[in-house]
Amino acid sequence: MTPPKRQRRHPTDQPPPQPAAPPGVKKNPERLFVVAGKDGAERAELDLVTLIVASADPPPSAAPEQAALLRLCTTPLSVAELSAYLNLPFSAMTVLLTDLLTADLVTARAPLVRQSVADRSLLEAVMHGLQRL
Amino acid sequence: MDFKGSDTIPGPRTEDQLPHTAEAAVKIVIVGGFGVGKTTMVGSVSEIRPLTTEETMTQAGIGVDDNFGSDSKTATTVAMDFGRISITDQLVLYLFGTPGQERFWFLWNGLFEGALGAVVLIDTRRLEVSFDVIGRLEERGVPFVVAVNSFPDGPRYPIEDLRTALDLDPEIPIVECDARRRASSRDVLMTLMRFLHSLAMSGALR
Repeated sequence: MTPPKRQRRHPTDQPPPQPAAPPGVKKNPERLFVVAGKDGAERAELDLVTLIVASADPPPSAAPEQAALLRLCTTPLSVAELSAYLNLPFSAMTVLLTDLLTADLVTARAPLVRQSVADRSLLEAVMHGLQRL
Repeated sequence: MDFKGSDTIPGPRTEDQLPHTAEAAVKIVIVGGFGVGKTTMVGSVSEIRPLTTEETMTQAGIGVDDNFGSDSKTATTVAMDFGRISITDQLVLYLFGTPGQERFWFLWNGLFEGALGAVVLIDTRRLEVSFDVIGRLEERGVPFVVAVNSFPDGPRYPIEDLRTALDLDPEIPIVECDARRRASSRDVLMTLMRFLHSLAMSGALR
């Protein structure tokens, strides 16, 4: 295999770095990273397609984001879908979910990833599913 | 990239909910340059309206970006559209349409590492955009097929000319498709699955 042909880059074509918005300029009131886990807590190993299922109703002590998440995943939902519906970045989702997993309020169903030993039956199941589309 | 507005959706519609029996999910990544039709392909085969997951980039990424589709969009937000196909009551397939620039891939843990494989979607009007993507997938050992999204005004090349231009081994499938059509997009995914299956049969899949 010959090396890949690399795409030429032309720095002069690039837009200049964007300066930070000057103070007083109102930008989109995006709410980012107000979801904070416990200090120093390890984040759970979560994939975009880890399926999350609520295992309890939201406790009264639940933060609004936690309560919203628990109501959403009464049926299984992937981390990616939760991120989309709750309008939270993936990284913030993993923080939020780590807390809920620690508190046993949700369970996580790990994705099937590409294995060192390929699982032909998995590939065949996906093929059969696609053929029915 | 045209599916903003997920913030108005409180959650999945009842008919979009997965059954409780859904035990595991797999993913396929559709990767290509801006405007090549990734979201179109995701949308044509997805059982749900495509959704968007976003991630923010640190300041370090700003300025080395190509124009990410829109001047007005804040440079720090990277979006990825995705869809879903229920394979069985237990198994779900997710499709992610991913920007071609590798440094975006790190924003979502294991986006490629855990994927079954990838579809490199290319536009013959901007073939060179895919060169870097293909090299990156090779480096990471992610199995992939190449799908040529046929645009009416795009130049048409014989598949073997494309193979030479993209410097691909003969066993890597290259197919033409119309990402707007469900059957065509489905066939691309089937091509990838057959390729993965052949790799598994030959013991070549890592």
